[in-house]
Amino acid sequence: MGDRSEVRLAGTGGQGAILAGIILADAAVRDGKNVVQTQSYGPEARGGASRSEVVISDGEIDFPKVLRPNVTLCMSQEACDRYARQTVKGGVLILDADHVVRAPTTHAVRLPLTTLARQAAGRDVAANVVALGLLAGLTGIVSHESLEHAVRARAPKGTTDVNLKALAAGREAAERFKREHR
Amino acid sequence: MRAQRTESRVHGRYLRHSKEFPNIWCAGCGIGIVLAAIIRAVDGLQLDKNEVAMLSGIGCTGRMPVYVDFNTMHTTHGRALAFATGLKMVRPEMKVLVVMGDGDALAIGGNHFIHAARRNIGLTAIVVNNATYGMTGGQSSPTTPTGVRTATAPYGHIEQPFPVAELAVTAGAAFVARSTVFHVRELEQYLSQAISKEGFAVVEVMSYCHTTLGRLNRWGTPAEMMRRLRDDSLTLKRAESLSEAEKQGKIVRGVFVDRDLPEYTQLYERVIERAQAERV
Amino acid sequence: MPARLMQGDEACAEGALAGGCRFFAGYPITPATEIAEILARRLPQVGGKFIQMEDEIASMAAVIGASIGGAKAMTATSGPGFSLMQENIGYAAMAEIPCVIVDVQRLGPSTGRPTSPSQGDVMQARWGTHGDHPIIALSPSSVRETLDLTVQAFNFSERYRTPVILLMDEVVGHMRERVELPRAETIKRVERPVTTVPPEWYKPYEDSVSDVPPLVPFGEGYRYHVTGLHHDERGCPTDHLEKIQAWSDRVFRKIDSSLSDIILYEEDGIADANVLVIAYGATARSAWHAVKLARERGGKIGFLKLKTIWPFAEEVVEHAAARLHHVVVPEMNRGQLVLEVERVVARNKVHRVNRTDGEMVHPGDILAAIEERIL
Repeated sequence: MGDRSEVRLAGTGGQGAILAGIILADAAVRDGKNVVQTQSYGPEARGGASRSEVVISDGEIDFPKVLRPNVTLCMSQEACDRYARQTVKGGVLILDADHVVRAPTTHAVRLPLTTLARQAAGRDVAANVVALGLLAGLTGIVSHESLEHAVRARAPKGTTDVNLKALAAGREAAERFKREHR
Repeated sequence: MRAQRTESRVHGRYLRHSKEFPNIWCAGCGIGIVLAAIIRAVDGLQLDKNEVAMLSGIGCTGRMPVYVDFNTMHTTHGRALAFATGLKMVRPEMKVLVVMGDGDALAIGGNHFIHAARRNIGLTAIVVNNATYGMTGGQSSPTTPTGVRTATAPYGHIEQPFPVAELAVTAGAAFVARSTVFHVRELEQYLSQAISKEGFAVVEVMSYCHTTLGRLNRWGTPAEMMRRLRDDSLTLKRAESLSEAEKQGKIVRGVFVDRDLPEYTQLYERVIERAQAERV
Repeated sequence: MPARLMQGDEACAEGALAGGCRFFAGYPITPATEIAEILARRLPQVGGKFIQMEDEIASMAAVIGASIGGAKAMTATSGPGFSLMQENIGYAAMAEIPCVIVDVQRLGPSTGRPTSPSQGDVMQARWGTHGDHPIIALSPSSVRETLDLTVQAFNFSERYRTPVILLMDEVVGHMRERVELPRAETIKRVERPVTTVPPEWYKPYEDSVSDVPPLVPFGEGYRYHVTGLHHDERGCPTDHLEKIQAWSDRVFRKIDSSLSDIILYEEDGIADANVLVIAYGATARSAWHAVKLARERGGKIGFLKLKTIWPFAEEVVEHAAARLHHVVVPEMNRGQLVLEVERVVARNKVHRVNRTDGEMVHPGDILAAIEERIL
């Protein structure tokens, strides 16, 4: 169980936390890893808390849900209040600064993901994919190549270009962050 | 006499002789007349018995299939049309007859009835309407006339009845007719037209239940009730020239609709073609 | 076949196609809707038929109608729809019509929480319809197992001429997992037994040769009667008590005499165990995690994962638990299958771990229950 990596992506319904989880899981499969993606959401398609969990491992994955996340992404204040503190020590906590005003720790990666999405892709809703590029860039949990393939395979029809731009923006943000916080 | 003998020979060719007779229906019941008319209609159309299925729900009418030598299925209460929908989809070449009572088709099965009509799936729905639940002893049904005494409306029925044929027309059936167990030649003709129809076809057959509702309301013997079906009914053509007041309480007989609408299982064949063309 | 990311509901749909399903009738309901949506697209591609019915009662009826027409047929639903289907599941049991019913369990009762998992329909799968009848119910714990057990459900339904229930749960239904798909030629498919007698000799419920008489589809020259009433070997209603008893005896016998074929399970480390954990469905994943943790800490823990829920694996459980003093049974309900375990094993040996708030049983809770027995 030692190599088990856990990612929790949380936000509000409609922000694409679940799709982000699916893309991440798809990328992990392309990297030749074992992966399980699960989700938790209310009955409504929009609004309400929404979270997606991805467990990646080289070996067997028994329990399919997150136990202590290595990576947490919070795209809403509610998600941050609920999940930020559960991140394992030394893990990565990413907050969308456009939606999260109060952070529980100074160790978080706070970036305006929605603004980045708007600037790079012209669409606020691509913030989830910006987050994926950022997350992969910071952690190396999946390869950029696989992630790009996964976006092409899983992004809704007609949004591939938008999402690839968002992915690139996230990756650049990761590089920038790493330079600034070396 | 000769005609009668020929007819009984026709009936004999379609009845299941392995099944013990007599049947479960009370002497004087109209359901046997409907069964005989169905047999003559099928015989007149020269259908292959192997290609005919008869399904039913629960109730006196629900017992009809067991007596005939078709592919027969006595399903659950109200659900015969839904069972028949599955069968028709996988065997679109079969003639699928669905016999139901009024309680079966319009109360517990009311939802299935309107949706089968809406889909216009190629089933022949035959509703024997005796305005009550005969098998359980004369309770109110969705076609019980207002004011009539029933086992569950001892002070008189306070609800209004469904007009079955008109409901079927509105719900989208391709063919809808109404006749009675008195007008057997007309009934046979309508059944023949309904069975030949590609889409959802409904024949409402007005009957009576002399042992329950008839007794509760002192309507007399089967013969007297049969006479009432003759005297209190009129043709659609004749009804058109009458005012609403004059039509009050009368049974209007005739073909209410006979229209060409795309049939469901044929439409589904196009779905299969589209799905397979897209895939290539 | 390359590995791919697949959802449990999708695996169910693909398993159905691999198992020969050519008819689906259903009604939208969370968390089973995906199965209907996939089959609406996939079935016509292979010449099969899909129909969205007006409710779940009609869906189950249409499935039986299609099956008597000769198609392998399935429906998929969740708790509220499963409740509505019970009437006609009983009909399928009485008339011995092969069919598969998928119940992706969600938190109940009533509307409950549609997007939360549960294992609350275990007893409903066994006793949901009125009257005595046998049933087969299978419960997968992974995406790949969902595919395999859906094929198996069709095979059992055809081999034993019975409704088979695939008892999934929201976790397994909505979970996406890396799966390696089986090669098509490795999938074993059971076809409906055919009769060798001419139409005039055919009796759809005759038991002289086998407890599972062949069922000839309508429209193939064998005209017979099917009814939900108690019936004789020809399918005609009967009042003869000995024929009614003979039917009841036969339908139970046909399942009871084939338990070695029907009871599917996996076991690990039972021989020298001090504590046995029995689990099924998504909860088996929690349990396996807990078992491994407990073993890392030096515990001798046996693990039994039941894939066949009904008929209950009496002998397997009895044998596995025979020399043990502690059996832990975690479930996402208030304790349903544990009632069977308690019936087979002495009640004071059985320890429950339950959760009914719509989240999976946490491995930590199972671990605590295990360690409480060892220490």
